[in-house]
Amino acid sequence: MRDLLSISRLDAFYGDFQALFDVSLRVGEGEVVAIVGSNGAGKSTLLKSIAGQIATRRDAITFDSEPIGGERANLLLKRGISLVPEGRRLFPSLSVEENLLIGAEHGRKGPWTLARVYDLFPVLAERRNQRSTSLSGGQQQMVAIGRALMSNPRLLLCDEISLGLAPIIVREIYARLPQITGDGMSLVIVEQDIVQALAASARVYCLQEGRITLEGDSQSVSRETLAAAYFGV
Amino acid sequence: MDWLNSILQGVLVGGLYTMFAAGLSLIFGVMRLVNIAHGDLVVMAAYLALVVTQALGMSPLASLLVIAPLMAVIGYGLQRWLLNRTLGDDLLPPLLVTFGLSVIIQNGLLEVFSPDSRKLQAGAIETATIPLTPDLSIGVLPLVQFLVAVAMIGSLQALFYRTAWGRAFRATSDDQSTVQLVGVDNRHVFGLAMGLSLAVVSVAGVFLAVRANFDPSMGPARLIFGFEAVIIGGLGNLWGTLAGGVVLGVAQAIGAKIDPGWQLLAGHLAFLIVLAVRPEGFFPKVQA
Repeated sequence: MRDLLSISRLDAFYGDFQALFDVSLRVGEGEVVAIVGSNGAGKSTLLKSIAGQIATRRDAITFDSEPIGGERANLLLKRGISLVPEGRRLFPSLSVEENLLIGAEHGRKGPWTLARVYDLFPVLAERRNQRSTSLSGGQQQMVAIGRALMSNPRLLLCDEISLGLAPIIVREIYARLPQITGDGMSLVIVEQDIVQALAASARVYCLQEGRITLEGDSQSVSRETLAAAYFGV
Repeated sequence: MDWLNSILQGVLVGGLYTMFAAGLSLIFGVMRLVNIAHGDLVVMAAYLALVVTQALGMSPLASLLVIAPLMAVIGYGLQRWLLNRTLGDDLLPPLLVTFGLSVIIQNGLLEVFSPDSRKLQAGAIETATIPLTPDLSIGVLPLVQFLVAVAMIGSLQALFYRTAWGRAFRATSDDQSTVQLVGVDNRHVFGLAMGLSLAVVSVAGVFLAVRANFDPSMGPARLIFGFEAVIIGGLGNLWGTLAGGVVLGVAQAIGAKIDPGWQLLAGHLAFLIVLAVRPEGFFPKVQA
């Protein structure tokens, strides 16, 4: 499988605080990769580095054979990298439909349109004219995913989409992922919920205190190895 | 009838205050920037209009075809290469830099145009009136000024709520970091907002210059009028800004009617009363 994204020896900092140490990973074309780890392990930092929200070394991140580390997020979106940020971060002054439309404004052309997002999440079609803040948490998460899809990304990054949602809603959202990756889109899911993450992905990385402690096949990795990598015991 | 006349004139002057306020409100809304140089930019636009009308022999209103785009370009450049660098978590740098800009513009105008007061000549329209009743008539120019202000607010409202630009403005105002994730360059959006603000400023500048004498020191007071209109109307509400401009204009007219020396005082008092009784303004932005 050809690499769409490859990260080599990435360090990331918040001011003087180093959040990632020597992280290397790869995501193949059309592959679904999970990144798990406890709170503060550096999962979100890793996604923010890929999406251009944190400055990095230019050659630390390669996308479609081009070095992109440290490029601005708005330019990376045009290359086909889209992040569903932690906490959803919808635009409160925009209606549901406007939140989706602004996702398409500067994105790439492709199969994802307003109609297809409404097809994926029919409840959003009923609430298209409501303010995004009036929706339930699960519906807001659907808008955030839909907004990212509207740019027709080649690589979709999902940061903790299960955060703060009822298990039944989480299952509902995860059940739609195959429809999203069906066209060959690559997907990276960051989760604290290991079971969910393993079930949805082909490969898994575990982060602990800013370092990769495990890389493995999601279906065959043993509970014990993963627990050791997760907690560092 | 005298009183009715005063109030009517006050309403029409409110149109001018609305124009001062609209540009101020727009950039505060999009990027939380308080532009202390706003009034001086209005006066600068008035001088640009003076130069253009004299050099090209255009009428003041027609000169807007030249000045509005010019001011928009100046605004975009000013934002991209100067003001964007001051924006951040700290509110003080943009205040200091725009204050400095205000001083520079005032003194620059003084140097080039001298402290003499000037006026733009608009011809017959300046004295034309429409009689409403035997004792009551309104000037064509103030009426045009008011209608332009209403049209301006209506267009800005449509721009903000009906177009892709407006979506980008509102989304950037909500969250300038997340907006980059949807491919919007917030620095460019800020530039566009300032460009639009200065295009609005140029309209205000021309009406200011046609209505009465102007000189380089007039800016700060126009800033105050604009600021007061924004606060009275409610931050972030464009139609509210129009209402704020009218309230300020009417308060000044009533003050002047009681005693000519009370004109400005009455406006400031109306502002203070609104601030004390209804600090969020008449029509604050609707938040869900």
